[in-house]
Amino acid sequence: MLFLVFLSSGLFLGWSLGANDASNIFGSAVGSKMVSFRKAAWIASIFVVIGAVFQGHGAANTLTDLGSVDALAGAFTVSLCAAIAVFLMTRSGLPVSTSQAVVGAIIGWSAFTGHQTNLSVLWRIMGTWIASPILGMIFSALLFLLVRYILRKSKIHVIKLDSLLRFGLIAVAAFGAYSLGANNIANVMGVFVPSAPNIVLNFGLFSINGVQVLFFLGGIAISIGIFTYSRRVMETLGKGILDLTPEAAFVVILAQALVLFLFSSSSFSAFLDSIGLPPFPLVPVSSTQIVVGAVMGIGIIKGGLEIKFKLLRGIGIGWLTTPLAAGFLTYLALFFVQNVFGLEVSSTIDLVEELANPSKEGIVSHLDLTVPAIMLIIFVLLVLLVYLVLRQQKLRLKAENQVLHQQNQSYTSSKALNELEIRAIQMQNTMLTNKLELKRQELNTILMNISEQRTFLENIAIELCRLIGIPDIQKRDAKLNELTLLLRQRMSFTKEIDDFYERIDKTHKNFQLVLVEKFPDLTDNEKRLAMLLRLNFASKEIATLMNITPKSVEIARYRLRKKLQLKERENLTEFLKSL
Amino acid sequence: MKIFKNANKSIELIDVFLNTIDQGAFIFKEGVKNYLLGNRESFVDNLKTLSNLETEADISRREIENLLYNQSLMPQIRGDIMRLLEEIDNIIDLSKKSLFQFDVEVPSIPAALNQDLIKLTELSCSAIESLIPAARAYFHSPENVKERIHRVYLFEREADKLADAIKRKVFQELPITRLSEKFHLRYFTLHIETLSDAAKAAADLLSIMAIKRSI
Repeated sequence: MLFLVFLSSGLFLGWSLGANDASNIFGSAVGSKMVSFRKAAWIASIFVVIGAVFQGHGAANTLTDLGSVDALAGAFTVSLCAAIAVFLMTRSGLPVSTSQAVVGAIIGWSAFTGHQTNLSVLWRIMGTWIASPILGMIFSALLFLLVRYILRKSKIHVIKLDSLLRFGLIAVAAFGAYSLGANNIANVMGVFVPSAPNIVLNFGLFSINGVQVLFFLGGIAISIGIFTYSRRVMETLGKGILDLTPEAAFVVILAQALVLFLFSSSSFSAFLDSIGLPPFPLVPVSSTQIVVGAVMGIGIIKGGLEIKFKLLRGIGIGWLTTPLAAGFLTYLALFFVQNVFGLEVSSTIDLVEELANPSKEGIVSHLDLTVPAIMLIIFVLLVLLVYLVLRQQKLRLKAENQVLHQQNQSYTSSKALNELEIRAIQMQNTMLTNKLELKRQELNTILMNISEQRTFLENIAIELCRLIGIPDIQKRDAKLNELTLLLRQRMSFTKEIDDFYERIDKTHKNFQLVLVEKFPDLTDNEKRLAMLLRLNFASKEIATLMNITPKSVEIARYRLRKKLQLKERENLTEFLKSL
Repeated sequence: MKIFKNANKSIELIDVFLNTIDQGAFIFKEGVKNYLLGNRESFVDNLKTLSNLETEADISRREIENLLYNQSLMPQIRGDIMRLLEEIDNIIDLSKKSLFQFDVEVPSIPAALNQDLIKLTELSCSAIESLIPAARAYFHSPENVKERIHRVYLFEREADKLADAIKRKVFQELPITRLSEKFHLRYFTLHIETLSDAAKAAADLLSIMAIKRSI
């Protein structure tokens, strides 16, 4: 438990590394929306942990060579002071690298405890600080030339290139994350290596020792940093890389990954050694400074970039100020830890040697975790399976819901349409019923009229038959006259004309009202004449309808004009229409 | 390959779109010639074809837009590409509108102007026809765009010069008495000339896009 408490400063440093340096790897891919942040964070986390556990020992050993912090309280203080130095310098806007802070803090520890600092290792480390951005520049320039040559030769369509780059960026970023884990885990956990528990965990297929467990924890801390804070860094600080084209970003990330890999791969170093070449020193380097170098490399090839001396000067100053600040801070802190809290910051037992020869002491505990590992894998697979099934179900339900929603919408709209149609049909039906009623009334009227006419004509026929038998001529003539008068009367007061007036009155009710209101002295015949004039009937037609001569119509018109008080120029019909 | 499924579909749609614009320019040229030579039936036929091509171009453009945005293809340059396609689509829109103006307004064009107007149409259409390979080059090899768009600028300049000469002729040399007729002829010269201007606007955009893409 105490070990974990002391480890917290290293874990904090790991969190800070994950939060800040992940943007160098996935910043451009996430920023340009080619990869989602969640996907990038998962890939980065997994590969950082793999790199840290399986490749992290090389660079960590170099730090141990520089100064083996052999007491937990000392390691805690060194790590914490490095973290505080990084934090303070970042807050002050100064260029800073975790690697340089850790090296400075270790030197501070050596100075305080009186341990000899291995100067040759120190020079080697400082050499890599200068070499790493330069290597980044060279790699990126060469890779950029290669990529440009391939793209120009292949004439690949931009959309296809985009699809390829999507996968390319994920692949190189995964490689970058692996190299970052392998190289920078030394910064996070390097000082705790001498205090690592002497255990070997056997998982059947592979086994990991105490140092690797430590690196695993450091990797997890970096992953938490990636998940919790790197998005914000990518959005605010990562702009420098984000502005690159996807092709250039691919080159920068690959160059960075390669440099980190070279400075952390013990196998590659051994390979160089085996072919007689000088091996690469396995030293933790700053990924940010490599990125700066890589971007400059591309700029030089493109010919459009001025060398930003201000930036270079900042990096150069950082090489001096960061270790100095961290070393000074560590020296002070160790004084307090030792004298105020009474904790031991250095041990007399050589833990490195102890680690190197564990069998001598016989205290390495072997834990066989094959069964738990298998069970864990099975459990993880089961969880994954359940998750996938549930996700599939959720997606299916979502799709079904969408279909249902669409069906519902179409049903609602068709229902609304049907209702409209029904309403229209109902209105039509009502209109048709009204029309039918009118027609029925008309027919009734016609029927009644016909029957009345028939009765009248039958009566006339009977009367005429009777007249044939009357010998008295005078009496016959008188009767004939009577019948003629009857016929004339019938002609003038026919039911049809009455009906006609009735209909006109109905349809022009408003006109009748206005007329009566304005000219109350008008007789019924005058009102009827006004109505017929308004309807534009000719005098001849009016004469027929009113059963008078056309001359009488003219006289009636004259009288009407007088009653309506019209002047000579005013047109009677127009006046009536305007009412 | 599955990973190229959407990419291949987008590429095909863009090709179809550019082919449609190319055909549109040809049909416009034929349409103006047929109008000037009095082949009314062929002119109406050209007008219908151009109208259909314009609709097809619009549909293709919308499909490309949907695909690029729905599949999150080329997030950094898709905005530029859509702007370019809009600019190119604008050319066929203008061509259709111009040909419709001929159909609706039936301008009375003196025979003395026929050759000049045919030449102007050819120059404007050549500017469009030169733009299409430049646009195709942007997608495959942006470094070749520059050497192709200079032809667009050349044809545009020539079209401008000829249009000025035609306007001068209309207002100063030809025996046209009515000012309204002069204006009418000037507008139709302008309609044809506008096409080369639209091609130039698209070429300007293309040249900036090519610089942005060149690595």
